[in-house]
Amino acid sequence: MADVPRNLPPLSLHVPEPKFRPGDAVDFAAVEVPPAGAQPRPDTAADPASFHDLSYTLVRVLDDEGNAVGPWNPRLDPDTLRTMLRDMALVRAFDERMFRAQRQGKTSFYMKCTGEEAVAIAATHALSRDDMCFPSYRQQGILIARNYSLVQMMNQIYSNSGDVLQGKQLPIMYSSRDDGFFSISGNLTTQYPQAVGWAMASAAKGDTRIAATWCGEGSTAEGDFHSAMTFATVYKAPVIFNVVNNQWAISSFSGFAGAEATTFSARAIGYGMAGLRIDGNDALAVYAATQWAAERARTNQGPTLIEHFTYRAEGHSTSDDPTQYRSAGEPSAWPLGDPVARLKAHLIAIGEWDEERHAAQDREVAELVKASQKEAEKNGILGHGLHQPLDSLFDGVFEEMPWHLREQRQQMLDEEEASGRPWARKA
Amino acid sequence: MSDVIETAATGEAGETVRMNMIQAINSAMAVMMERDPNVIVMGEDVGYFGGVFRATAGLQEKFGKTRVFDTPITECGIIGVAIGMGAYGLRPVPEIQFADYIYPALDQLVSEAARLRYRSAGQFTAPLTVRSPFGGGIFGGQTHSQSPEGIFTHVSGVKTVIPSTPYDAKGLLIASIEDNDPVIFFEPKRIYNGPFNGHWDRPAENWSKHPGGAVPEGYYRIELGKAAIVRPGNALTILAYGTMVHVAKATVEEMGIDAEIIDLRTLVPLDIETIEESVKKTGRCMVVHEATRTGGFGAELSALVQERCFYHLEAPVERVTGFDTPYPHSLEWAYFPGPVRIGQALKKLLKD
Repeated sequence: MADVPRNLPPLSLHVPEPKFRPGDAVDFAAVEVPPAGAQPRPDTAADPASFHDLSYTLVRVLDDEGNAVGPWNPRLDPDTLRTMLRDMALVRAFDERMFRAQRQGKTSFYMKCTGEEAVAIAATHALSRDDMCFPSYRQQGILIARNYSLVQMMNQIYSNSGDVLQGKQLPIMYSSRDDGFFSISGNLTTQYPQAVGWAMASAAKGDTRIAATWCGEGSTAEGDFHSAMTFATVYKAPVIFNVVNNQWAISSFSGFAGAEATTFSARAIGYGMAGLRIDGNDALAVYAATQWAAERARTNQGPTLIEHFTYRAEGHSTSDDPTQYRSAGEPSAWPLGDPVARLKAHLIAIGEWDEERHAAQDREVAELVKASQKEAEKNGILGHGLHQPLDSLFDGVFEEMPWHLREQRQQMLDEEEASGRPWARKA
Repeated sequence: MSDVIETAATGEAGETVRMNMIQAINSAMAVMMERDPNVIVMGEDVGYFGGVFRATAGLQEKFGKTRVFDTPITECGIIGVAIGMGAYGLRPVPEIQFADYIYPALDQLVSEAARLRYRSAGQFTAPLTVRSPFGGGIFGGQTHSQSPEGIFTHVSGVKTVIPSTPYDAKGLLIASIEDNDPVIFFEPKRIYNGPFNGHWDRPAENWSKHPGGAVPEGYYRIELGKAAIVRPGNALTILAYGTMVHVAKATVEEMGIDAEIIDLRTLVPLDIETIEESVKKTGRCMVVHEATRTGGFGAELSALVQERCFYHLEAPVERVTGFDTPYPHSLEWAYFPGPVRIGQALKKLLKD
C-alpha cells in the first residue's frame, strides 16, 4: 500500500445554488431553446439507443409565430385544438377560483398548475379514454380533459357532504376510478411503481390499455422512481413516465435533483429506455410525444420517459410563498412562454380562432367555474358544519370493521355525547 | 385438529397428507392460483428457481411466467408494483425474501397499501398478501433473523398474520389471499421444517409426527382473527405466535405446568375474546415473542389484558421477549427467548 500522500488540497463540498434569488434580475439566456421543428421523430419501433440525442434537446412543434412545424407536428384538427385550448383555459380559471376560495377560508389547501397546464391536458387528449393515469398532485388537467364534474372536484376540495371521497383526503388529492384516475397520494413518486404494476397487469392479461404516470423533477430523486424505471424496463411495461420539470420543488431548484449534471430525460438512457425531452409549454409537443410513447407502449416496445421542460409559474401550494426564495422576475422571463397563449396564437395563426372568441371563452369558463362553485358550496365548505356522519371516520380502514375499531368508534361517539355535540350543533 | 374435520366436510379440502410448512405454503398458493386466475406470485428468486426457501417451487412451471416471476431486487418496487396490479384487478402475492429486507417497501406498505381503501373511499383497494420469512434461530445474523411484526401491527389498514403449523399456514394463507385488504404474512422460518422446543442443541424435529403437519391437499381456509387454544390449561395463560408457540409449549410441559397456550395466529385483527376468556379463567398471563421488547406487540397484548382482565389478575402480566439489541450472530441463543427465559418468567408469574 502506498504511503498516505501529504500536501493534498482540501476537499470542498458542492452545494447547488440557483441562478436567481429574490431581488435578482432574471436572464434565462443560458436556457437552451432549440428551434421548433428541428428534432427528428424516430420510428416508434426504433431502438432507444438510436435517439439518445432527444434526451439532450427539446422537442418543439410550435414556433414563435404560432406555426406548427417539423416531424413532431401531430396535425390535429381544429376542433381538437380548440378543445385543448378550452380545457387549459378552464383549468386556469378553476385554479384561480379555488386558490381564492382557500384564501377566503373555505378550505385548508389548494395547488395550482399555472404555467404547466399543457403537461396534463395535452397528454390526456393523446391517450385513450380508458388508459389509466397515476398522477401526482398537479395534474388536475387530466380530470378536466376527461370532462370530470367541476362540482365534484370542488366538493372534494371543500371536503363537503357531496365529496365522493367522504372528506377523507386533503384537498386536490382526487380519485376517480371510473375516469381512469388513480387516487393521489401526496407521498412523492409512490405512484410510479404502481403505474408500472398496473401496466404489467394489463400486459399480462392481454389487455390493450396502457398506463401513464406523472411526477415532478424533484421527486425523481426518490427510490420509487428508480424502482419503477427498473421494473418497467425489465418487463417492457406499457407505461409512460412523465417527469414534469417545472424547475422548482417547493423552494429547492432542479439542481437538487441533479439538473446541474444532466437532464431528467437522460435518466432513461441508463435504463435503456426511450427518453424524450420536450417543450412542456407547447401543447402540440406534449400531445405528439405522448402519442408517440403511447404507440410504443401499445406495440410492446415498452416504456418511455418524457421530461416536460416547463415552469411552475406560481407557488408550490397555498402554503408556499415563492417570493421568499426565487426572483419575482422568473415567471415572466421564462423563455418558453405561456402554454395557453401559445396554443391560442397557433389557432389564430391557422385562422381557426380570434381574440374575440378567446375573450368570450374566458368569460364563459369563468362563469362556469363560478356557477359550479355556487353549486358545490350548497354541499358545504370545510370547517362549517359536520359534512360526513361522525362515525364514517372509521369506515374503509378495512373492508369489515374489526372489534378494536368498533370500540374506538363508540368511544368517539361517547365523547361527542359528553361534549354536548358541538359539531352537530354547528351543522 | 377439529378445523380439519370441519373444512374437510365441505369436500373441497381433499385428501390429507403430511406436509412441512414450506410445502403447505406452496400448496396454498397452488390451490389459489388454480381457483383464481387473478392470483399472481412474484418476488426475488421466486420464479424458475422457486424461492430461496423453495416456497414457490414448481409454481412457474405449472402456471407460467406471466403469473409467477422473478423480480428486480427492489422491495419498494415489488410492493409498489403489486399495489398497481391490485388496482388493475389482480390479487398479487409478493414475496419479500426475508422480513429483514422489508424496510425499503415500508412507504409503499404503510402510506399506500394500508391506506388506499380509506383515502379513495373504497374506489381502489390493495388486496395483496405479502409473504415473508421472519424470525431467528437459524444463525442468520442481524439481516436474516428479525421479527418486525410490531412495525406493522402499529399501522392502521394492514392485517398481520403469523402461522405456527403447516396446517395453519395453508389455511391462513388461503384466507389472506382471499382477503380484500393488505395482509402481511410472516412465516416463522425456524419452524419451516419442524416444530422447535427451544433446545437448539438437541436434534431438530420434523413435522411428520405433529398433528399440525397433517394438511389437506385441497382448498380450506382458517378465518383471520381467530386464535387457537393449542394447549388447554388452568394455571396461567400464555399468548404466543409463530415459533414461540412451540417453545412455550415444550417449556411448560417440561416443567409440568398446566398452562393454557393461545396461538394468536392473527395479530391484527386480534381474537380478543379468546384471550379475555382464558385470562379471566386462569388469572395469570404471560406474553411471549421473539421480537425486541420495547414497543413490541407484547406491550400491546399486556396493555389489553390489563385493561380488560385487571380484576381477574393475580400477578402482573409477564413479557418474555428478545432483547433490545440487533439480532446477534454468535450469541443467538443468548438472545433467543428460550426455555430458560420462559421458565424464569413462569416461576415469577406463579410464585404467589
